[in-house]
Amino acid sequence: MSQTVLAEAPVEPAQPAPSLRRPRLPRWAPLGLAALAAALGTGVGLLAGLESRLQWGLMAALLYVVLTVTVAGAVEGARQARDRLATSVIWVCFLVAVVPLASLLWETVARGVQVLDGYFLTHSMNGVITMEPGGGIYHALIGTLEQVGLATLIAAPIGLLTAVYLVEYGTGRLAKAVTFFVDVMTGVPSIVAGLFVLSFWIIILDFGYSGFAGAMALAILMMPIVVRSTEEMLRLVPNELREASLALGVPKWKTILKVVLPTAVGGITTGVMLAVARVAGESAPVLLLVFGSAQINANPFEGAQSSLPYYIYEQWANGNAPSYDRAWAAALVLIAFVMILNLVARGIARWKAPKH
Amino acid sequence: MAKRIDVSGLSAFYGGFRAIDDISMTVEPRSVTAFIGPSGCGKSTFLRTLNRMHEVTAGGRVEGKVMLDNEDLYGSGVDPVSVRRTIGMVFQRPNPFPTMSIYDNVAAGLKLNGDHKKKDLDEVVERSLKGANLWNEVKDRLNKPGSGLSGGQQQRLCIARAIAVEPQVLLMDEPCSALDPISTLAIEDLIADLKAQYTIVIVTHNMQQAARVSDRTAFFNLAEVGAPGKLVEIDETERIFSNPSVQATEDYISGRFG
Repeated sequence: MSQTVLAEAPVEPAQPAPSLRRPRLPRWAPLGLAALAAALGTGVGLLAGLESRLQWGLMAALLYVVLTVTVAGAVEGARQARDRLATSVIWVCFLVAVVPLASLLWETVARGVQVLDGYFLTHSMNGVITMEPGGGIYHALIGTLEQVGLATLIAAPIGLLTAVYLVEYGTGRLAKAVTFFVDVMTGVPSIVAGLFVLSFWIIILDFGYSGFAGAMALAILMMPIVVRSTEEMLRLVPNELREASLALGVPKWKTILKVVLPTAVGGITTGVMLAVARVAGESAPVLLLVFGSAQINANPFEGAQSSLPYYIYEQWANGNAPSYDRAWAAALVLIAFVMILNLVARGIARWKAPKH
Repeated sequence: MAKRIDVSGLSAFYGGFRAIDDISMTVEPRSVTAFIGPSGCGKSTFLRTLNRMHEVTAGGRVEGKVMLDNEDLYGSGVDPVSVRRTIGMVFQRPNPFPTMSIYDNVAAGLKLNGDHKKKDLDEVVERSLKGANLWNEVKDRLNKPGSGLSGGQQQRLCIARAIAVEPQVLLMDEPCSALDPISTLAIEDLIADLKAQYTIVIVTHNMQQAARVSDRTAFFNLAEVGAPGKLVEIDETERIFSNPSVQATEDYISGRFG
């Protein structure tokens, strides 16, 4: 059948069959163009005597995009040029985002390691004259660990239960109201949370400064983050799993506890850890509620404590070289602390994730 | 241990929408009853009313009576949890618990309900997996996650999970629609085995399947989109497929419908 059709088909005059091949730039072209743009940027910057390296970089970035589009347009055609435009703009955006981050890390590490050693981690500032080197962050480290730990103990269960209510039970007005207030809480500045605890706990109820007071303010900041992230994770659990469990005659509360939460536990842990990382760097509530101290105070319920962010602020305010060094080292410890928390969270998430 | 289901005047709603209207039928014990009908005619909804899973959906509401032997499932004081323990269910898409091993999946119903004796559990797991024709394939990897099995194996795992709690009735909502013909055959063989012990209700879009596995067949239809689904007729499968008493059934079965 098909043969006859082929045979009867009129013979077309041999037109050059449109080739599927198109001229392409070599694979190294983007890298080469980037190098060229960087060289040009540096050259122009040097020649014009531009002071700021930022200007060199921006010029190189702009040149990179323009060069790529021009070359691609000339060689490959308009569609590929648009493709390359998008790719190169995204690369430039990526670099613009990563460079400050890398430079911040570099700066902190370079300056922080100068005084960071075992002594620095295990001694307080008690009796240290701020003008001179010496002293350490032990008191601040204890303060941060205790305050953040207490805040997590308060905020994580409340946040978790709120999210469970919103996803599994909440319908109607109450759920809408809770969602609304969680959104509002997300936007509460840390100093306002601090002021609230200050007026309620310290001024009205007449308790003294303590790490616990600070922890309460931190908990207020953590709660909405925990609720939001847990809610997202619970909504990701397929409804079929809930139905499968219910259809086995498992009560709803047990379904949530044994099927829904374990399925989502990786994401929930990550969310809690991110919330911890977020509040570990808060200095405002500590300033208001924990008061700050140069001495070691391991009791979070009584008396002033310090914390890492507060310590950094305090050292920086001293305004002399040894204090600056201590501030950088403390900043490095804080970054490392948050990073370790994140890694732990990722580890837990991977370990607990549903296996395939 | 299989029980008879007597449904009378049953309607189910999603919020204000009446999904099925005034259905009455009897499901015989130790037999397979198949529900056929076009999409959206309420077969699945009706199936879910039989073990009170319908009310789990937001806005789900039921009117009418479902008698399991002499007990009204919708009577006052009836605990939906114990209803579901008595009437098990297998879903359209295999849904093993992703956090649990094969063993734990089968034992889930017992474990989560607090029946914990380890030795008994081993026995139940083995019996259920054998009952679901899966034992030989998984006996060496009971501690591997259930989601690592193939689709057909997962569905049989879900059947094993459902029969592990020893229900009186097994409801199956298109259990083979996501499976290949070989897995489908395995499940159909399994249904034939299971009907010696259980009352089985199966929803299917595959009329050959209904003809193959079921003793009785119910045909559902709806007058138009948006209208509630109704039971057209229920009869011996053989009669439904050879000489149905309603013209609409014959049209549907012979493909002259829609």
